[in-house]
Amino acid sequence: MSTDSLALAHSEIPPIPLVDRLHGWITTVDHKRLGLLYIAYALVFLCLGGIEAAAMRIQLMAPHLDFVSPQVFNRLFTMHGTTMIFFVVMPLVFGFANYLVPLMIGARDMAFPRLNAFSFWMTAFGGFLLYFSVLGANGLYGAGNAPDVGWFAYAPLTSQTFSPGHSTDFWTLSLLVSGFGSIGTAVNIITTIVCLRCPGMTVQRMPLFVWLNLIMAGLVILAVSPLSAAQLMLLVDRYLGGHFFDTQAGGSAVIWMHFFWIFGHPEVYVLVLPAFAAASEIIPVFSRKPIFGYAVMVGATVCIAFVAMSVWAHHMFTVGMSSSANTFFVLSTMVIAVPTGIKIFNWLATMWGGKLDFKAPMLFCVAFLFQFLVAGLTGIMLGAAPFNWQLGNSYFVVAHFHYVIVGGILFALFGAFYHWFPKMTGRMYNERLAQLHFWLFVIGFHLTFDFMHIPGLLGMPRRIYTYEPGRGWDLLNLIVTVGVAFQAAAVLVFVVNLAISRWFGQRAGNDPWDAWTLEWLTSSPPPGYNFADEPTVQSRRPLWDLKHPDDPDWKYE
Amino acid sequence: MFCLIAAESAIFTIFVVAYLFYVGKSVAGPTPADVLRLPVLPTICLLSSSLTVHAGVRSLRNGNVPGFARWWLVTLALGATFLAATMIEWRRLIYVDGLTIRTNLFGTTYYSLVGLHAFHVTAGLMGLTLGSTLAVLGYVTPFHASRSDVFSLYWHFVDVVWIVVFLVVYVAGR
Repeated sequence: MSTDSLALAHSEIPPIPLVDRLHGWITTVDHKRLGLLYIAYALVFLCLGGIEAAAMRIQLMAPHLDFVSPQVFNRLFTMHGTTMIFFVVMPLVFGFANYLVPLMIGARDMAFPRLNAFSFWMTAFGGFLLYFSVLGANGLYGAGNAPDVGWFAYAPLTSQTFSPGHSTDFWTLSLLVSGFGSIGTAVNIITTIVCLRCPGMTVQRMPLFVWLNLIMAGLVILAVSPLSAAQLMLLVDRYLGGHFFDTQAGGSAVIWMHFFWIFGHPEVYVLVLPAFAAASEIIPVFSRKPIFGYAVMVGATVCIAFVAMSVWAHHMFTVGMSSSANTFFVLSTMVIAVPTGIKIFNWLATMWGGKLDFKAPMLFCVAFLFQFLVAGLTGIMLGAAPFNWQLGNSYFVVAHFHYVIVGGILFALFGAFYHWFPKMTGRMYNERLAQLHFWLFVIGFHLTFDFMHIPGLLGMPRRIYTYEPGRGWDLLNLIVTVGVAFQAAAVLVFVVNLAISRWFGQRAGNDPWDAWTLEWLTSSPPPGYNFADEPTVQSRRPLWDLKHPDDPDWKYE
Repeated sequence: MFCLIAAESAIFTIFVVAYLFYVGKSVAGPTPADVLRLPVLPTICLLSSSLTVHAGVRSLRNGNVPGFARWWLVTLALGATFLAATMIEWRRLIYVDGLTIRTNLFGTTYYSLVGLHAFHVTAGLMGLTLGSTLAVLGYVTPFHASRSDVFSLYWHFVDVVWIVVFLVVYVAGR
């Protein structure tokens, strides 16, 4: 963030007034500042979404509790899901992509800096709009109500008959707005990667982080658009008297599910590919070995992206599709496990024989590997339609997807935070606090989400605000809630670590991790223009070549 | 622009899928065969507008700024004719045949799909207006030829979508 010239001594520069500094942040088109804005935005909403989760868990801690009413509970799970996916993980993903992609390809900024800023502010406004519903939507139960229709807003619950007032419209409009922001960012990422790579950086020499963000951006374009289309149809139904989802007039509520999940499934790959991207950069550096099987990693990811577009109805096994449809989606869901498994083996092979250094980024990535594997296995279990008929809409599903998103994606993103924190702020984070964060979070995560599988297997449905005692769920739900306390403590430690390290941490040099990609060439934090001279690369690890001119990579690639 | 076209194609695909899925499923009210007539004039206008927009870009590349402005104004006129013809058709459908967006499934899917396309035509017309106005005012130079080419891609996309809509709604759907 520093743009001070080196020529002037520090005391000679008059302090910039706060108003001008804030104005600089609000009007910025610099990809690094926008990346930080996205990340800061996501952290705020992580706390909001976490509070919603904690409220639900307190309500479910024991049977027949009265912590929140059923109506509030419905709003909690809707807001929690919508917030976490659209206003936490997606901004984190776009934030890291924005910050790192131009640096890693040796570019000065993204291809369309103003579009970048526009996309950020659209996403930000979407989040604001969603939470404004708490004040602004006059629902059935009194003035000011958040949407309560589930984060997937199934028809016909969302029709005017069953959702009068405006809470559903706040859901629809906030996602429509932030969806346009997402498409803008995706267009920007693709154009930047295709057009702005520095000389010598062929696509075969791009860091895997860049590759995976490219593929993620392609998925965003193909996936967010159907959601926007479906939301326009919902608005037509709600306000223009349309019949898209109106069974009485011959419409179909199931078609909403199809359209939503055509978005929803690739969306989760949009969320996970950047986590893979971070792991693909962190694991090699902390194993002191280049990534194993670069080309296969790229190929597997492309396969994942293609197959991801064809598995959506595995979210709909219980809806009553024909057996041939069910079979097709079972098979495609099984198929997607193959390239994903290949990637996991490649990460393990990268670690094998390497000199492992378990600093915080590596700890989080190792946990990611193990937890993502388990999550994938429960996903394959759910992908078998008959198994799904027993466990669909139960807490087993909730446990599965939280295992992926929290245990997989969030862990990898925490790793990314710690790995690139020195680059972004110029200071080292406190390693002991980071380790405390890790262990607290691991304990909390496993207490909550390991044990959450069991009530699911025992038949506990999703989205219920309370349950009968004596079904064997009581103790398990209590344990699940206790885990939340550990996770909250861990996130508190994390935020405190970020804050004190940002201002009082030890100064980090350009390259504290002895890494190999171009972002470590710049100062920490990088100057506004990124690179004084446009770098030229001859291999996948340009910094290795610079540090080891006697043994450069391009001799072996 | 290609990425934007990909995204917009995905949106249109969903509306086309909905249209095709719901063909013949209206419970009551007018059906496509009852009320739809082949929109020959609008189609000719829009398809030829793709040729004229391309001619404009070629003029600009060759350094002929007034030619560029003229071709784009012709494109604008053709696009406006298309919209006018759509409006006339809709006026007939609404007031004579009684088909509105809320009449039945056909109405909903028809107006949504054709309306979404018309919205994109309108956005394109705004771009054409901007381009030709700036050219008339003297702000456009041959340097801007590749930018106008990118815009013409959008216009070609709008045209291709119309071909698909035409085939799905006016040919296959009846």
